[in-house]
Amino acid sequence: MAWYLVKRLLQLIPVFLGATLLVYFLVFMTPGDPLDALCGDKGCTPGVAAALTKQYHLDDPFFMQYFHYIGNLLTGDLGVNFSGREVSSVLADAFPATIRLAIIALIFEAIFGITFGLYAGLKKGGWFDSTVLVLSLVVIAVPIFVLGFVMQYFVGVKWGLAKPTVSGAADWSDLILPGIVLGLVSFAQVLRLTRTAVSENASADYVRTATAKGLTRGRVVRVHILRNSMIPVATFLGMDLGALMGGAIVTEGIFNVPGIGNQLYKALTLGDAPMVVSVVSVMVIIFCVANLVVDLLYAWLDPRIRYA
Amino acid sequence: MREANMENNDAADRDLDPEARAHEAAMREIADTADTPAGSHQKDLGGLSTGIMMEHFVADVGSTPVTATDSRSAEGAPVSLWRDAWRQLRKKPTFVIAALLIVLVIVVALFPQLFWTENPSAAATQCLLENSNGKASAGHPMGFTAQGCDVYSRVIAGTRASLMVGLFTTIGVVVIGGIIGALAGYFGGWIDGVLARLGDVFFALPLILGALVVMQLPFFKAHRGVWTLVVVLVLFGWPQIARIMRGAVVEVRNADYVVSARSLGVSSLGILMRHIIPNAMAPVIVIATISLGTFIVAESTLSYLGIGLPPGMMSWGNDISDAKDAFRSNPMPVFWPGLALSLTVLSFIMLGDALRDALDPKARKK
Repeated sequence: MAWYLVKRLLQLIPVFLGATLLVYFLVFMTPGDPLDALCGDKGCTPGVAAALTKQYHLDDPFFMQYFHYIGNLLTGDLGVNFSGREVSSVLADAFPATIRLAIIALIFEAIFGITFGLYAGLKKGGWFDSTVLVLSLVVIAVPIFVLGFVMQYFVGVKWGLAKPTVSGAADWSDLILPGIVLGLVSFAQVLRLTRTAVSENASADYVRTATAKGLTRGRVVRVHILRNSMIPVATFLGMDLGALMGGAIVTEGIFNVPGIGNQLYKALTLGDAPMVVSVVSVMVIIFCVANLVVDLLYAWLDPRIRYA
Repeated sequence: MREANMENNDAADRDLDPEARAHEAAMREIADTADTPAGSHQKDLGGLSTGIMMEHFVADVGSTPVTATDSRSAEGAPVSLWRDAWRQLRKKPTFVIAALLIVLVIVVALFPQLFWTENPSAAATQCLLENSNGKASAGHPMGFTAQGCDVYSRVIAGTRASLMVGLFTTIGVVVIGGIIGALAGYFGGWIDGVLARLGDVFFALPLILGALVVMQLPFFKAHRGVWTLVVVLVLFGWPQIARIMRGAVVEVRNADYVVSARSLGVSSLGILMRHIIPNAMAPVIVIATISLGTFIVAESTLSYLGIGLPPGMMSWGNDISDAKDAFRSNPMPVFWPGLALSLTVLSFIMLGDALRDALDPKARKK
């Protein structure tokens, strides 16, 4: 297990380096002198230009610059954004709201997606199954920003069931509606995945054996069907974190959640490249780590998988 | 005559017991490897090895098994996977509805002038501020935007850009992802390793996030349009198709017909192009159809965020982006493009879903 963990962590390194190198290359290796951007219209005096060149390692070759950036990234120094604020402190302020939002979305999609999917899969072909299958496709097809506006309009404004926008504190209760909007598309996908896996496993030999042994239906469903169906779902939930982070940009914009997505959106509209790169790099790290955690979960879900 | 026979036999052989099936398959394999040239029989055996397609000829009472399998049309087999799929599909209401909707969307995209009441591109005369946020009226069934433009005509005119991005991105992803996946799967070894890691790097950047970064580049900012968006979406979309293609190729790589083609001296490229890729296409087509919908969503999301298509270009995403600020007083200019967008995406996803069921007989039996 420990050896497997080390191996996976080592495999993570080239992916992480490659992804950040890609982002770094895309943003920093574009035509135009960064000094022009830093000095504005009037231009710098030679002394200031030399100091800036030294500060940002502008004289170094590309790979040296990149390694400076990675070194800074790993030590938590993400540079400053266009308004001169430390990117790391902006992120520290914005992260809690986004994490709360993502947790609500993940819990929503996991609990409801798996429950509905289990029920549909056990009664494959029934009315519930057919209805849910079509409805889930509809939910998947509606883009998240349309979904967000519609939910905000009806649930928040017309019916007054939830606050249409989020307060500055972004409490758990404020974030329920945006969290559900964020998780809705993935909920439909979790439902479909669970349904397929459950209906496949329900007719497996070991399930028939378990029933023949006289186990209760509840135990057969819980231990023999559901647990065996969880591997594709767990993989999806890990991958889904990437989609959630993309979706958070839209959802946080609509509901005015003071989170990472909102900051990223602001940086985008301002053309604040350092901020965009930093935020995306942090998101890539989270995404990679989440997928590692999912890999480790496999062992718990399916003891046959040994990490040799 | 032979065609008619095939039809009847197809219906009959579903009821064959497994042993008879195995026997038929074995006899056919012997006859095929013995008699048909290498190039022409790849597909039927390919179906066998992937388990996708099972079609058996039931011999007439008087004929021997060998002549029976021999009389089987070699060209008939590859058609029958798709013909079988088609037989399944045309009975499905979701497929019929999705296909009709897609045809409608394509017609609207090609000939918008047949549908709109006024050409929204000649906007100077058409968007009147006196109509600002106006309600639906005769000739303007969807009301007006804040700028006084006719929502209906804009929805019609926006179809083309969204569909083009979806379609060309899908073509690009299938070509690039397909080639990379096929090379990785066929050659294996270090090529596979390098290509897999390369795919991981692009896969680690979620589509929207990656596109956000690339669209920030000065070059892409200066040349915003359908083609830049297609390039960006292909850049981050290809690993998915590559993985599927690789898996499908690995599955058929060591099939008997590939071994026999190789021993007959067919070059690697020839084997890849004529034997392996055609047999690995079914899962790729399914995923590509579904992806077409998701690429349209990605386009509209980027346009909504203000970094997709340029502001002047009419597309559903841009229209929704323009109308979002006045949403609470006038939700209709958001609702109608949103509905058009959702229905289009839904059609492609439903089509892909139906295709998957039809092309995978294993799932159908249960």
